[in-house]
Amino acid sequence: MSPPASAAPYVTVRDLRRVFDVSKPWLNRMLEGGEKQFLTAVDDISFEIARGETFALVGESGSGKSTVARMVVGLLPPTAGEVTITGISMSSAAASAERQRMRRRIQMIFQDPYASLNPRWRVDRIVAEPIRAFDLIKEERAIVARVGELLTLVGLHPDDGKKYPHEFSGGQRQRIAIARALASNAEFIVCDEPTSALDVSVQAQILNLMRDLQDRLGLTYLFISHNLAVVRHMATRIGVMYLGRIVEISGGHELFAAPKHPYTRMLLDAVPDLGMTGKQRVPVQGEIPNPIDPPSGCTFNPRCPYANDRCRRETPPLNEGVACHAVHERRIDIPRAA
Amino acid sequence: MTQPVLSVRDLRVEFVTRRGVLKAIDGVSFDIAPGEVLGVVGESGAGKSVTGSAVIGLIDPPGRIAGGEVWLSEQRIDNLSPEEMRRIRGKRIGMIFQDPLTSLNPLYRVGEQLVETIQTHTDLSAAAARRRAIELLTEVGIPAPERRIDGYPHEFSGGMRQRVVIALALCAEPELIIADEPTTALDVSVQAQIISLLQRLGREHGTAIMLVTHDMGVIAETADRVAVMYAGRIAEIGPVQDVVQNPLHPYARGLMGAIPTLAQDASRLVQIPGSMPRLSAIPPGCPFNPRCPHAWDRCRIDRPEPIQHGAHKVACHLYDLNDPTAEAHKVLTHPPAEEGVPA
Amino acid sequence: MDQHAPAPTRTEAALAGTPPDRLPGALARAWDSDFLWSFRHSPVAIVSSLVAVAMILAAVLAPWISPQNPFDPAQLDLMDGLTPPMTPNEISQRIFILGTDPQGRDMYSAILYGSRVSLLVGFASVIFSMAIGITLGLAAGYLGGRTEALIMRIADIQLSFPAILVALLVFGIFRGVVPPAQQEQATLWVLIVAIGLSNWAQYARTVRATTMVEKSKVYVDAARLIGLKSFVIMVKHVLPNVTGPVLVIATINLALAIIEEATLSFLGVGMPPTQPSLGTLIRIGQQFLFSGELWILASPALALILLALSINLLGDWLRDVLNPRLR
Repeated sequence: MSPPASAAPYVTVRDLRRVFDVSKPWLNRMLEGGEKQFLTAVDDISFEIARGETFALVGESGSGKSTVARMVVGLLPPTAGEVTITGISMSSAAASAERQRMRRRIQMIFQDPYASLNPRWRVDRIVAEPIRAFDLIKEERAIVARVGELLTLVGLHPDDGKKYPHEFSGGQRQRIAIARALASNAEFIVCDEPTSALDVSVQAQILNLMRDLQDRLGLTYLFISHNLAVVRHMATRIGVMYLGRIVEISGGHELFAAPKHPYTRMLLDAVPDLGMTGKQRVPVQGEIPNPIDPPSGCTFNPRCPYANDRCRRETPPLNEGVACHAVHERRIDIPRAA
Repeated sequence: MTQPVLSVRDLRVEFVTRRGVLKAIDGVSFDIAPGEVLGVVGESGAGKSVTGSAVIGLIDPPGRIAGGEVWLSEQRIDNLSPEEMRRIRGKRIGMIFQDPLTSLNPLYRVGEQLVETIQTHTDLSAAAARRRAIELLTEVGIPAPERRIDGYPHEFSGGMRQRVVIALALCAEPELIIADEPTTALDVSVQAQIISLLQRLGREHGTAIMLVTHDMGVIAETADRVAVMYAGRIAEIGPVQDVVQNPLHPYARGLMGAIPTLAQDASRLVQIPGSMPRLSAIPPGCPFNPRCPHAWDRCRIDRPEPIQHGAHKVACHLYDLNDPTAEAHKVLTHPPAEEGVPA
Repeated sequence: MDQHAPAPTRTEAALAGTPPDRLPGALARAWDSDFLWSFRHSPVAIVSSLVAVAMILAAVLAPWISPQNPFDPAQLDLMDGLTPPMTPNEISQRIFILGTDPQGRDMYSAILYGSRVSLLVGFASVIFSMAIGITLGLAAGYLGGRTEALIMRIADIQLSFPAILVALLVFGIFRGVVPPAQQEQATLWVLIVAIGLSNWAQYARTVRATTMVEKSKVYVDAARLIGLKSFVIMVKHVLPNVTGPVLVIATINLALAIIEEATLSFLGVGMPPTQPSLGTLIRIGQQFLFSGELWILASPALALILLALSINLLGDWLRDVLNPRLR
């Protein structure tokens, strides 16, 4: 499925790639005779996000989904490729005034609500920081009012601003983090596993809050998660990642109704789920290979029941929303969306 | 009914702090039959892990077992000396923890650890113990066990390590295995493998399993019965399918509705307002009453005892047949105040 | 709250283990905080802080509370020389609690003035090494790469020399460079610099380690996202979070710095006899070790031990409280 054709995409990610140097220190390499080692965390990833939609990247550990998130917000420079937001390139080296103005439109919500708030700062100072940093409001009284408004917006009380982060529960801290993200009038929020550190009942509160905020403020989300059920609940479109690549990209409903890539099918079959009580299933084989030394060709080939010689040789391109030779060659039946 | 492997009666665990005595577990009772998997589920602070630790006598000061009884088959074990308890752990109760690395010594080969454990609990010779170790590794699904037995823990992947830990827990053919979040640290595709392994082993060996986890999905697929804990008490206990599909306790109902599932795209998840009370501020009466949409005066004063209701046992006044007003409160007259964005 | 009920005194409240009712909100919360609670329940912390505070106060207030000014020749009487402690002088019948030295200087007053110098050097050098150590440690931890390698290797070299050797070296350079006429005046400052320079590496190491931990926390990423410069993030976000361990080291180092100063002065490279510190007093006292006037040595030595020990014990307690895992 392609993003709505009515408008240019809000976010465009083109051929994004990130290589980490994971070599031992120079001295150790000299003495022990090891070679330099590189880890390709993200390999040629492209996707688009339309304004107001929730695009999710889902994958297991080592799939590179968080690395993509950090590159999209600009916390990590890409090795290659480009992130463009409303036509402005975010990854070019030159600091343009336009990019600086764009920055405040992009914020991030992190996984660990216990580490994402400075423990020595009061909540009102934390929430007001982006307002002050971007110089959005000059008058101190107006800042206080705005902070109170933001705290109310995320379901807290304006008086909570006087407290320190440790006085709040995990869910409340995540609310504070959301208030901070909204403080700079962000339009695009990258959410990196925003609820995976929370209890389920609290997770429901935060997910509902995020949806409500999206409806009210017209936010665009890039939603990173390993939890397929959460992704299904939140996303309009989903990219499935495996070892640094997107193996399948499709509309939220479609992906769950008619998964194409063997990995997606395996994953959907593996997730322990409330709906599966009392049912038996075929256990999944194998584990994720070491990303420093990934298999050649399609990285999923050692675990794939459909792999043949071509799969072991050639990396399949992302075609019609799926990167799989077997699907392209029509060797696997593509289930039709219900 | 067969003699349960584990029988916990009115267990109470307290933590003595300078701010007073905190009741981490307050009157918990349950049984596990041979070959049965009991899932203990709850959110953080519900007391599920403390229950597991109390059963195996691993409550460290300032915590203490303040009351109740724990029976392992015919033997009462909550009052044993630490030395006797240590002998029971490992021999009659096997343990699996979240992080497999805490159970494995990184300096020893996997085989050495298995053989040592086997020889501690049986009188097998070294060669026989090694054969038994290879058998166990085969059983938990480690490929090429003859070769892998001489590997070190760091040479195994996360899922394989957890399999080794399970093999280690099985060494002495224990009657009971306590698995505390055994799949939480693993990837989803590996979780499923470990779950079905646990299930199969429990069935084949007749081992009772107490599976402690926050992941309702894991419980739904693994457990025979499930106990839903809230604020140190069991809110509801019953056959897993019943509890998942037809929860009775308002908390259990909220919890099941709050979990997004693969089967449906609900636009809005059920939301329980507020959060689990801190141990220092557990409300009187039913601990769930401030968050409960059904709560009435009685819930704020009178602590509900578990009531048999069909196959479930549920600690909620709504199901008290002796209370003529209970039925009226089942209808939601005042939906809970929505937390979050004001309309 | 009833405004007329008599407020319990702090001591009463402390004995009862409950916060005094009268304290305003913030103070009451502080009183009940884990920090003050463990203070109230640690006899070692209470006694050592009482001793340390008393000695520091006495040193600060020396000009007002000491019986005489030991540096004012007009106030000294040679006839009072070598009076033993608590015994009336044969001639003047005056009583000196800690006795006198050959010049008739009251040892008690000399110790008060001496600990003034010792504490000044101690505090100033700790602040000096803290300033260097925190700056370099923050820079190393936050910037990483070559900056870090350079700073940490210098710290390693520094740590491989005993602190006293570094201080002696600085002192040697000072003696060689500064004309003798000005040396006496500048000694105090050189001591501060010398001791400060010999202790910064510990701060730098600790601050670097803590900074690296804090830097990896996502609140730093959140600050980067709103475009704050590295320097601003270091000062506004990271620095407040590394102060705990620094405070512990500073307290223990204060005791060490006081001893280091005493050692230097004892060796004769520290404070001159015209401005004696505790170390100088001990050096003077040791000449009387075998002639029977033991008090001239013993009283400043005891004062030094008491001061250093109480501060050190306080530092140990602080470390246990701020770092429960080390217990």
